Amino acid sequence: MNQPTTPARSVLGDVEPRPGVAKPDPILVADGVQRRFGGLSAVDVEHLEVQRGTITALIGPNGAGKTTLFNLLTGFDRADAGEWAFDGTRIEKKFAYQVARTGMVRTFQLTKALPLMSVLDNITIAAGDQRGEHFLAALIAPLWRPQERRIAARAHELLDAIGMSDKADDLAGTLSGGQRKLLELARSIMAEPSLVMLDEPTAGVNPALTQTLLTHITDIRETGRTVLFVEHDMDVVMQISDWVVCMAEGRIIAEGPPRVIGADPAVIDAYLGRHHGEKHLGEKQ
Amino acid sequence: MDWGGIFADAVRTAIGVQAAAYALTSVGLNLHYGYTGLLNYGQVGFMLVGAYGTAITADAGLPLFLAILVGVAAAVVLGLIMGLPTLRLRAEYLAIVTISMAEILRLVARSRPMEGFTGGSFGIKGFANAFYDLNPIPSGDYGFWEITFSSRALWVMTVGWGLVALASLFIWLLIRSPWGRVLNAIRSDEDTARAVGKNVFSYKLQSLVIGGVIGALAGTLIAIDAQFTAPEFWDSVVTFFAYTIIILGGPGRIFGPILGSVIFWFLLGFTDQFLREAIHAGWPVVSLLEPTDIGAVRFALVGLGLMVLMIYRPQGILGSRAETLVGDR
Repeated sequence: MNQPTTPARSVLGDVEPRPGVAKPDPILVADGVQRRFGGLSAVDVEHLEVQRGTITALIGPNGAGKTTLFNLLTGFDRADAGEWAFDGTRIEKKFAYQVARTGMVRTFQLTKALPLMSVLDNITIAAGDQRGEHFLAALIAPLWRPQERRIAARAHELLDAIGMSDKADDLAGTLSGGQRKLLELARSIMAEPSLVMLDEPTAGVNPALTQTLLTHITDIRETGRTVLFVEHDMDVVMQISDWVVCMAEGRIIAEGPPRVIGADPAVIDAYLGRHHGEKHLGEKQ
Repeated sequence: MDWGGIFADAVRTAIGVQAAAYALTSVGLNLHYGYTGLLNYGQVGFMLVGAYGTAITADAGLPLFLAILVGVAAAVVLGLIMGLPTLRLRAEYLAIVTISMAEILRLVARSRPMEGFTGGSFGIKGFANAFYDLNPIPSGDYGFWEITFSSRALWVMTVGWGLVALASLFIWLLIRSPWGRVLNAIRSDEDTARAVGKNVFSYKLQSLVIGGVIGALAGTLIAIDAQFTAPEFWDSVVTFFAYTIIILGGPGRIFGPILGSVIFWFLLGFTDQFLREAIHAGWPVVSLLEPTDIGAVRFALVGLGLMVLMIYRPQGILGSRAETLVGDR
């Protein structure tokens, strides 16, 4: 698994591989994030920083708390304790839609196509600051038509990029699982986020389409955005991530460049200590 | 058997004020259920506050147009009261609150302590003279063949169907806009709408209030037509008639509530008159019924018709087959 040293990766070259380590230019900084379900501590993260402009992978065995951490950070669940800042703004008290508007946009483990809407509308919905989304302005088309044309043009660009421009008018419910993953990715980009959080972007996708998806994910980084993603396929993690954070039982147990993490005894213990003989750990929550 | 008379009666029912009022309240409920996915089981509550708001205010001597505005304002308040605590929760909570609230309102309107205000079980009468004073249609009967209406009925029908047209246009303008796209996304998947920065709560509240106001206007129309409002007008079954109408016409379709209401009332009018005539003519089996059974039997027949529709056209008459198929996946 030889990958050229990207600028993103070289920035992290001097960062010591240990849990909670500080990064040179973090876009997301979280402290003391805790979430308990009854007696179970689902998430207990002391400190986490995500370096701007990199692809950071979040790995860990079943029930490690990765998706719960995603839900907490994006406002889809409420933490029992903790504070975190995105681009210098504290966001732990914000609602999910407010978090998205600050530039932190997530996708879901179970892909969420909007099946009753056209493929094009599945993308245009994500554009921010739409005048026609205000109740009274909605009634007067000239107020929002010009902006709507610009939004549609941008959406067509994104559809082109994922090779689905011929499907623009189809209902999204007619798409295959892999196409829905691509659509969800394009939708998240339409929101112009600075941090894209992908929850298992390649789950249930065939190998050929997985490679396409990975190309798109690295492209997201090349356009100056930051990517944080949950992944189970270690090949994928090794191939595209600049930095890997490993969770187990709610805590961060290791952090570092992919190759270091791949050889970390704590990580191997966390996985193999529970799942002997499984190469791919399919998580279902 | 006077088939012509039965048919004419059915047509009169299908285009009458009642059909217009049910089409109007269904336009509002269609915004909730068809376009936003809100389970409002208390649409009749909005109709009740519209009717009583208008009747009480006009009865107190204030101008009728002001009274109608009071009815509308009451619907806005009711929408906020029901929506604010429930719309952040799962869909079922709105359903529970709306159906309970509609019953509570009806029982309160009928209650002894409120008698001075609502007229209790006697209701409020004769508050809409100002509306009929505005009637520009010279008195007489209008229509052709056996389908005729008095100038009074025609006046209420014109205003009623005019309101249906305006409300439908209003909804159409909203739905084709980005505002409507957000509603559509919420109907499909709330979390996705949130994840791309849409304030789902605010949109659901807007939808509830707008559809509720349309329902209040429908309630006012019924009360003005009868020059009367009483608690028994606003039974929960009215909400379920509105659901029947929407499902018949096709949820999430602009013309669905209109077509649904016309067909619903045509079928009710037809079976009612048909059973009456058949009993009178001494038809076998049918003549075993008492005239008082007709009300129940006609609903059973309409229910049967709905079952057939659900089997062969589950998306409703105007609904999209493709959407239904996709929705099943």
